[in-house]
Amino acid sequence: MTTTGYDPAPAAGYPDAPPRMGFFTDTSVCIGCKACEVACKEWNAVPDDGFDLLGMSYDNTGGLSANTWRHVAFVEQAAPSAASLDVLREAAEGATQFLGMPSSTLPGETGREDRDLRWLMMSDVCKHCTHAGCLDVCPTGALFRTEFGTVVVQEDICNGCGYCIPACPYGVIDQRRDDGRAWKCTLCYDRIGDGLTPACAQACPTESIQYGELDELRARAASRLATLHERGVTEARLYGHDQNDGVGGDGAFFLLLDEPEVYGLPPDPVVPTRELPSMWKHAGVAAVTMAAAAVAAFLGWRR
Amino acid sequence: MTREQSVVPRAEFRSYYGRPVVKPPVWRHDIAAYLFTGGLAAGSALVAAGADLTGRPALRTTGRVTALAATLASTYFLVNDLGRPARSHHMLRVAKPTSPMSVGTWILATFGPAAGVAAVAEAAPWLPPRGMLGFATRALPPAGRAAGLTAAAVAPALATYTAVLLADTSTPSWHAARRRLPFVFAGSALASGGAAGLIGADPVQAAPARAMAVAGAALEIAAAHGVETRMGLLSEPYRQGRAGRLLRAARLLTVTGAVAAIAARRSRAASALAGLALLGGSLATRFGVFEAGKQSAEDPKYTVVPQRERLSRS
Repeated sequence: MTTTGYDPAPAAGYPDAPPRMGFFTDTSVCIGCKACEVACKEWNAVPDDGFDLLGMSYDNTGGLSANTWRHVAFVEQAAPSAASLDVLREAAEGATQFLGMPSSTLPGETGREDRDLRWLMMSDVCKHCTHAGCLDVCPTGALFRTEFGTVVVQEDICNGCGYCIPACPYGVIDQRRDDGRAWKCTLCYDRIGDGLTPACAQACPTESIQYGELDELRARAASRLATLHERGVTEARLYGHDQNDGVGGDGAFFLLLDEPEVYGLPPDPVVPTRELPSMWKHAGVAAVTMAAAAVAAFLGWRR
Repeated sequence: MTREQSVVPRAEFRSYYGRPVVKPPVWRHDIAAYLFTGGLAAGSALVAAGADLTGRPALRTTGRVTALAATLASTYFLVNDLGRPARSHHMLRVAKPTSPMSVGTWILATFGPAAGVAAVAEAAPWLPPRGMLGFATRALPPAGRAAGLTAAAVAPALATYTAVLLADTSTPSWHAARRRLPFVFAGSALASGGAAGLIGADPVQAAPARAMAVAGAALEIAAAHGVETRMGLLSEPYRQGRAGRLLRAARLLTVTGAVAAIAARRSRAASALAGLALLGGSLATRFGVFEAGKQSAEDPKYTVVPQRERLSRS
């Protein structure tokens, strides 16, 4: 097993870091059951986020937040190609019976099938970025890089300054209002250290959420993508796998069936701190300008 | 649609039910207020140091007292905005160059005590020349000068790091303004510091403060104009809604204040009014910039469209 590219755990000072661990979420087999959301809440004792009906789809959670560390997005849209539906019919090729897409006919009924729309379901999670904005800007050291290359908040250190929240290019980490601190997915740091699988991946009934060594997951994702393309699902694409993207690649990456923004993901995320040296330079020039203006004001009016 | 809005073409984009992609900052108005008080503290410290070195005692006193008061207000705002105010000292656990907030913590930790000593030194004339406090009476003026110069040396960093604090986020209209915001904030700090001098000192002693205020106002207006017009789609939030109203008010107050400061240079009362207008302009600028960032994060358009454009260019 070779680790390619920049490895965040050794770079953070772990001399004998174990392999980088992560998630590969294959949305082409997600059935939107939300077992991941529930398992995450159960294991991590995450409070409920209100029982709101958002009135937009079967998704009544809305997005990731301090109290939602796995979020199942639910998109209903016109199907772009017949092949995309065959992806979802894969189950029918096995022993299980395909119960059908939303249509005006009964499940299992043959003949006229209204299959002009499709459902996209995607379990979103913290990306555990290679270059993590939240971690970079945290002024207390509450956010830290684990030996597994993941990013975790220490709840006994966080003082709720809130800087990590606008820093995240994905809008993942959030402040828990009644508690004041910032919270997000830990990639089940308390489980993976004991060799257990994170709660969401453990609960996923279709292996849409796969947990493992990141290098292995990347290879698995590449082969799954090739299979889908072979079957004519041209809209399948990987998201967050590229180590040359604006965050140095994600520890939790995805296979999507449409553009990222359709799922509420940024199409080209960049860690804000990438521009930090240039920002300090501009601030430095402004600071010198300010000092010069003050000096000139007093020299100009010297008595 | 107003004339200035129609400059930006209508952006087509896809999103998840129109929900935001990035999280808007959870900071309350304490932080916008701190942007102002931090700038005021920095500007006043420069006024105080200049007045000290050029023999303008009334202007020096004004600058030092304002700098301390603004620093105390800043500390209150910063602690009050924390989700866990009792843990504010956790900021002192680390010094992290990748975190502008950590850098700012240490800038303020240097500036605050220096500004405090400088302001306390103003009490020297009221202390008895002999006896128990006699030593303090003699030691305070030189200590005040050293502390005041230290505060002034740190002041430009205090005034401009807050621009990096905002820009080093994924909040679209803050990040896009990263090259311009430091100049907006530097100008705003100069204008407010000079304005404090106009209010607190007689017009003769306040002459350099007047020059500082006018130069700062010009820099603030020019840099803010760039932020409002030169960043394409990401300038839009600076012109719309509450942010737009605040920034228009800021421009009006700042221009009025600067013109009045020049015109009324013989009248104490008119100078003070000009100073008040400049302070109001600086305050409105900070709140306007703060609101514009929030507005840009709340609409997925400002995250998705510029990123799509970047992808299609590469």
